[in-house]
Amino acid sequence: MTDKKPFSRRQFLRTGTVATGVLAAPMIITSRKALAQAVEINMLGWYGTAEPDMVAEFEAANNVKFVPKYYAGGDNMLAALAQNPPGTFDLIHTDAEYAQLLIDSELVDELDPSDYPMDDLMHDDFRNFPGHWKDGKLYSLITRYGHLGVSYNKDAVTREEAMTYNVFWDEKLKGKVGHFDWHLPTLGQMSLLNGNNDPSPFDIDEAAWSAVQEKTLSLKPQVGGYFDFGGTFASLKNGEMLAMVGIGDWVTGILERDGAPVSSVVPEEGGIQWTESYSVVSTSTKKDIVKKYIEYTISPEGQVKSAQMLGYPGFAVTHGGRALLNEVDPAEAQRTGQVDGDPNDPVKLISDGRIHYRKVPAQQSLEDWNDFWSEYKNA
Amino acid sequence: MNRPDVYASTWRLPVIVWQCLFFVGPLLFMIAVSFFLVKNYRMQEAFEMANWSRMMTRGYFWDAYWYTLGLAAASTVLATCLAFPAAYGLAFKVSESTRRWIIFLLIIPFFTSYLVRTFSWYVLLAESGVVNAILGKLGFGPYTMLNSAFGTLVGYMTLTLPLVVILQTLSLANVNRSLIEAAHNLGAGRMRTIFTVIVPSAKVGLIIGAVFCFILSFGDFVAPYYLGGSKPPTLPILIIDTTKSGQQWPRAAVVAVVMMVTLLTAAFTAITMAYRKRR
Repeated sequence: MTDKKPFSRRQFLRTGTVATGVLAAPMIITSRKALAQAVEINMLGWYGTAEPDMVAEFEAANNVKFVPKYYAGGDNMLAALAQNPPGTFDLIHTDAEYAQLLIDSELVDELDPSDYPMDDLMHDDFRNFPGHWKDGKLYSLITRYGHLGVSYNKDAVTREEAMTYNVFWDEKLKGKVGHFDWHLPTLGQMSLLNGNNDPSPFDIDEAAWSAVQEKTLSLKPQVGGYFDFGGTFASLKNGEMLAMVGIGDWVTGILERDGAPVSSVVPEEGGIQWTESYSVVSTSTKKDIVKKYIEYTISPEGQVKSAQMLGYPGFAVTHGGRALLNEVDPAEAQRTGQVDGDPNDPVKLISDGRIHYRKVPAQQSLEDWNDFWSEYKNA
Repeated sequence: MNRPDVYASTWRLPVIVWQCLFFVGPLLFMIAVSFFLVKNYRMQEAFEMANWSRMMTRGYFWDAYWYTLGLAAASTVLATCLAFPAAYGLAFKVSESTRRWIIFLLIIPFFTSYLVRTFSWYVLLAESGVVNAILGKLGFGPYTMLNSAFGTLVGYMTLTLPLVVILQTLSLANVNRSLIEAAHNLGAGRMRTIFTVIVPSAKVGLIIGAVFCFILSFGDFVAPYYLGGSKPPTLPILIIDTTKSGQQWPRAAVVAVVMMVTLLTAAFTAITMAYRKRR
């Protein structure tokens, strides 16, 4: 009988090498991955702005990864900034009226206007947008905007009927008028209905403010509910609400794309504009790549992505963006009036003086308006 | 002299530590926050009565308070009444294995998100939804069920009813059967037996079920917001509204403290009633 060794030296070395390789492989792979690790851009923005349909192309091209923190409403954005340590965020996507507060608090960096196609912006106001500049210096770059007016179910309300905010008081809409649960757009619209358009529906004296409150309270019997993002979409889609105060194409546009019979118009009394911009956070350590992304958002390609954004659509702010949108997605350009010469061209509406930029109240505090909003909801 | 029971104290310690860390500590912090101030969207430590005086003098706060209290009370009565026949059947009319299976089935809804369950009611309760379609075939409706107190109560039942049925079933199943037999032997009818023997014997469990229902309904944000349409707002919605605008966490803390005091009072009263001996 042969006395066989259970494990020869050669076998031992071979097995040992394979075993070591197998055991070490995950570490090697991990370390290689670590070497190629994408730079994370921490972004504070409205929902949808850092979703793949918006950022995937830029991520792939620049080996970066967006880490979003979404908020709903400028106050939430300010709170997120206040409650997180400096350096948490690199990029802020915000509304113009809140960009001003960021600038005043020295939370964002100055931008160089020459980095961006300012001459290509579609309206003079966009070049010097209130709230984006301070002491002649640019801090926040306009990227997209939209108009708020009367949003309605086309099976219940005609476009002609929707051309005035008075439609909300129509008997056939009793209990079917919904509110987006934010005081600023709704009270702005009520202010416009009361004729407060000069200088702004948000710049009103105490008498006018009292009249706005009275007008708003008179709408109460018509109101079917107050909704957040999800509730607004659901209640319009299932026909539970037939008209909505305080929203616009940013909601109905998405539902229209899905085939729901809803639409939005800017009524005769005028509409409110939401305006979104990007700012670089002062404490960011990734300012170069963040600035590069801001450049991307205002490029024609970035503008088209913004106009088609799945979260909620916004109008293009540059001629280049509009031209490319008309080329690659003429249906969306037509639907939103972003065609030169269209009577509903959003830029034309601004030029015609029918659009008022959303602002924080000038003569009352934000708290006063919010207090009334709570009172109204309970009335 | 009695020596302290170290063994028993050791076993009690984790509960005490847990309660201190996750109930008493946060509660004290919340009370402290209610005296803080907010400046430029940042909370600042202070000891001011401003938040209390502001919230306590607002009509909408008290409207929301009484509305929430009324809805939670209605939910408690409704859930208790709806659950009792089911619990009675499970406790006395089915075999033990059937009872086990049904209790298991009652637990299953808790496996899914409450928010998802709430949103699913949209499909059923909308004017163009399933319920109105069925009622329409029978010549009724359509009725507005969403964005109303009815919708809110449906949401509350979604949240609490399975739990109340389970608690009532466990309580009724432990009623001494010989007491029921004795009542029957003494000539008590079915209803009299239920109200003079079974309900008093299962009183503790029935009240605890009701207390849980009240607590969950009183503090629920989802049902009144999504099924009630925030019309009018309840206290949890008021908390959200307050924090959303101006980051007024201290004022929201005032609302939360009032809610806590209400819940503690209700729970303490109910538990005292549950354990009160009959004279």
